[in-house]
Amino acid sequence: MPAVSKGDGMRGLAVFISDIRNCKSKEAEIKRINKELANIRSKFKGDKALDGYSKKKYVCKLLFIFLLGHDIDFGHMEAVNLLSSNKYTEKQIGYLFISVLVNSNSELIRLINNAIKNDLSSRNPTFMCLALHCIANVGSREMAEAFASEIPRILVAGDTMDSVKQSAALCLLRLYKTSPDLVLMGEWTSRVVHLLNDQHMGVVTAAISLITCLSQKNPDEFKTCVSLAVSRLSRIVSSASTDLQDYTYYFVPAPWLSCKLLRLLQCYPPPEDGAVKGRLVECLETILNKAQEPPKSKKVQHSNAKNAILFEAISLIIHYDSEPNLLVRACNQLGQFLQHRETNLRYLALESMCTLASSEFSHEAVKTHIETVINALKTERDVSVRQRAADLLYAMCDRSNAKQIVAEMLSYLETADYSIREEMVLKVAILAEKYAVDYSWYVDTILNLIRIAGDYVSEEVWYRVIQIVINRDDVQGYAAKTVFEALQAPACHENMVKVGGYILGEFGNLIAGDPRSSPLVQFNLLHSKFHLCSVPTRALLLSAYIKFINLFPETKATIQEVLRCDSQIRNSDVELQQRAVEYLKLSSIASTDVLATVLEEMPPFPERESSILAKLKKKKGPGAVSVTELEDNKREGGELNGGGDRGPDTAAMAASNASTPSPSADLLGIRSAAPVGAPPASTGSLLVDVFSEAGPAAPSAAVNDDGFLRDLEQPTETSDSLLVEGSGDSDSAPPSEDPAPPLSEADELLNKFVCKNNGVLFENQLLQIGIKSEYRQNLGRMYLFYGNKTSVQFASFTTTVSCPGDLQSQLNVQTKPVEPLVEGGAQIQQVLNIECLTDFSDAPLLNIKFRYGGALQNLTLKLPVTINKFFQPTEMSSHDFFQRWKQLSQPQQEAQKIFKANHSMDTEVLKAKLLGLGTALLDNVDPNPENYVCAGVIQTKSQQVGCLLRLEPNAQAQMYRLTLRCSKDSVSRRLCELLAQQF
Amino acid sequence: IIWLIRFILIQNRAGKTRLAKWYMQFDDDEKQKLIEEVHAVVTVRDAKHTNFVEFRNFKIIYRRYAGLYFCICVDVTDNNLAYLEGIHNFVEVLNEYFHNVCELDLVFNFYKVYTVVDEMFLAGEIRETSQTKVLKQLLMLQSLE
Repeated sequence: MPAVSKGDGMRGLAVFISDIRNCKSKEAEIKRINKELANIRSKFKGDKALDGYSKKKYVCKLLFIFLLGHDIDFGHMEAVNLLSSNKYTEKQIGYLFISVLVNSNSELIRLINNAIKNDLSSRNPTFMCLALHCIANVGSREMAEAFASEIPRILVAGDTMDSVKQSAALCLLRLYKTSPDLVLMGEWTSRVVHLLNDQHMGVVTAAISLITCLSQKNPDEFKTCVSLAVSRLSRIVSSASTDLQDYTYYFVPAPWLSCKLLRLLQCYPPPEDGAVKGRLVECLETILNKAQEPPKSKKVQHSNAKNAILFEAISLIIHYDSEPNLLVRACNQLGQFLQHRETNLRYLALESMCTLASSEFSHEAVKTHIETVINALKTERDVSVRQRAADLLYAMCDRSNAKQIVAEMLSYLETADYSIREEMVLKVAILAEKYAVDYSWYVDTILNLIRIAGDYVSEEVWYRVIQIVINRDDVQGYAAKTVFEALQAPACHENMVKVGGYILGEFGNLIAGDPRSSPLVQFNLLHSKFHLCSVPTRALLLSAYIKFINLFPETKATIQEVLRCDSQIRNSDVELQQRAVEYLKLSSIASTDVLATVLEEMPPFPERESSILAKLKKKKGPGAVSVTELEDNKREGGELNGGGDRGPDTAAMAASNASTPSPSADLLGIRSAAPVGAPPASTGSLLVDVFSEAGPAAPSAAVNDDGFLRDLEQPTETSDSLLVEGSGDSDSAPPSEDPAPPLSEADELLNKFVCKNNGVLFENQLLQIGIKSEYRQNLGRMYLFYGNKTSVQFASFTTTVSCPGDLQSQLNVQTKPVEPLVEGGAQIQQVLNIECLTDFSDAPLLNIKFRYGGALQNLTLKLPVTINKFFQPTEMSSHDFFQRWKQLSQPQQEAQKIFKANHSMDTEVLKAKLLGLGTALLDNVDPNPENYVCAGVIQTKSQQVGCLLRLEPNAQAQMYRLTLRCSKDSVSRRLCELLAQQF
Repeated sequence: IIWLIRFILIQNRAGKTRLAKWYMQFDDDEKQKLIEEVHAVVTVRDAKHTNFVEFRNFKIIYRRYAGLYFCICVDVTDNNLAYLEGIHNFVEVLNEYFHNVCELDLVFNFYKVYTVVDEMFLAGEIRETSQTKVLKQLLMLQSLE
């Protein structure tokens, strides 16, 4: 048969391409292109009507120019004209141009859609496929609107050609991904599922992608696909290597289809029907058996195709996590691959074993490969393979092998690639803490970590070692001794100095008995590092010094001398200067008793989540499945959804959802909730994380903190006089007694408070308004704090709360007038009592008037009282939820919005917002674990309104679909409006 | 599970793009950046390395044929070997269709390469895997005016 020759059919095109290729410089190329563009433009503009062939040629040239990276701003119309040609080659170029260049260009889309429509109804399979491919490639919303209802018909019609069915299935999938709301399978569902039985394997291959995607969204409606998929798989797996003819690839029957079938099954839990399940297990066993058979070909294609199926089968086995026999067999198979000569296989085996390590059935089997994995970490040439080995070591780590694994990771760190060091450091720190039986080992490990990879040791890591040393008195002496030794090294990492300073300041006394580490020796050692350190470290060392004065009175004179010298007491850095001055004064005037109280040993830190783990989770980012987090929560959220546990978000979610603390996790505290009322860590100070959370239970610590943090935490008061001019225009305006219209940003400010109750509502150069509020049933109380940011008094300060329009009869807000004078720097408080009479949409207005200098200030804000504040959370089971969901099925009861994400789509952030909303966030309700569902009842005086919410994030498109169903339609609409601004 | 190809790229060693097929919306600048990044990531790897490389939040499955790199960008959870052989299957079809395909065939017949791609991959999914069926269809199309 004749090969396709160069530029076959379009000589002019081939000549042009050759010309371009022969251009010696970029300039020459641009010149040639401009010449061609001018030529084409004149042809298109010319009086003579171009024939189809010429049009095709020129459009194709334009496309080529575009693909070279040049802008094309004409020719679209000619391309659209080609669509209506009845010659395939012309049509094809027209469609290609449009697929590559037109992105829902509003002008042309109507014409394009028209041409597509004609081709779809042409009954010419070639033209139909071209049209379908164009839709699948462009996938715009306009196309979805035009064709989403037509394509399912083509897909299932009895007389549709196979190749058209293939294209229709995938075309529909594309539309479903871009506009899920427009693709409604409804009556077609069953016939689409039955495409799994189609005689033509190509149709099955294409249709299964569509079915998989639809199953993820509506597992119940598509669940009949499970038994069909199993029987199809069974037929393929048991067929001889040549049975499937066209679909046999290097002696492997239908490898891609097999993979897709196994993937589809991962959307569901193991089949309930015993016969189906038995058949499936048989398939999986056959696949595992085949891996042991001698290869039918030496070609890598053969083994790759075979192993593609094998790895997919193993994924399914792991997904089910219920067949110990299969899990162990899978593990053994992967174990063989660990030593395979193909790098690809070693890599994949390491990756896959990582997930096996988290199953209780195979964890032990995975552990037997530890030596091989350690060897891989040391010898693999490809850094990504080494990375997988490190991941696996982390995943297989438990109490029995922690010391070995941590030691290996530490030694690997010395030569590890820069790209993975930080992550390795976090992992070592986590493992060392998690599996520490004796804490001297833990301290050694972390200090080694700082020694080997100090630059990669983040604050979280050294904060953590200090927390642990403070909390465990059995290790304090050892820690002091070890840091003392570590500091002997002539060049220490600054992080070591930080840890050293802190620990010796607290526990230096425990080693002071030995003359080799007497107080003065300790002090001199620390101070020898002082000048090489950065300001935050020096600040920490100064604190250690004052602690020394308390611990060892004999060092007082020496230390006072250091504090007194100009480089401290007149240091240009305010923080250092302040500390030097304060500590010097404190040590001179305070009595020993007072000093001992102020500088008392730090009290234990409350147990809380390891910040290191949080950091690792963040670092891993989407995609990387970090397994240990799943370890104790395996399947808690996975049972229903199937396959969900492959995603990192669900892993993180599972970890935070689990309510039963596991013994191995105690230390990290990952499963224990954060302490209630823990103050948010203030930012800006290095010391905050370690020092601040001692909390109110430890007054002595609070005193300690004061000197360190005071000037960082208090608002600066120097910002008064500069800002007066800011309100200049109100000087000239006649003082108006009418309340000002609401600020333009009033809605935005309001929106900030939909999911939270406390915070700063408004701030300008003069005034800050803070809010605290609480709600119960249909009642609420709001505290408003008006802060005068200037040094000048506000006079005639009045505030008025009003409920405009309908709101008057919906909401009752009571308050008392405030004092008319607000001194400079002072803050006054006002209490509002709020009663919700019936549901409402508007917000009450808060008008504030006062005189600043001579000028009247007048501003109006919206008070963040929104309907959701009166939510009572309602817990319910999945069954109840969907039953109620169905009951609320009148169209006006539902409000829906699809919108672009404006904020982080991070799971934890979303959950926090949904909880802040006031509803109950329901787990294990939505079959798709990525989705969120909530339920609550809005309490008003006159009635209760039940509300159900469903939020479906699409991380890939950065979009959300939000659906609300409430027993009252105005509530649905209002909640939908409010919430669409939040995500 | 998202079984979805984000894009397919064919590049030569110098970084010239011979085919770019996008299955997700990217703007032109983003596309150019992706093309350059993929080239940088893939060309530094040698034969002893795996055919997979992490890329942003995705991964690239790639294979080198003479001076051309065929790259497919997929979700990290996708089946590496299935796509690796998907590439090979595609290359075998090109080879048959163009009779010993070489880089120049892809240059001069770029508009036909798109047709081959659409026959085998559509909407980011594998559409047809049978070489016989694809070639039969391509020859039929070739015979049309």
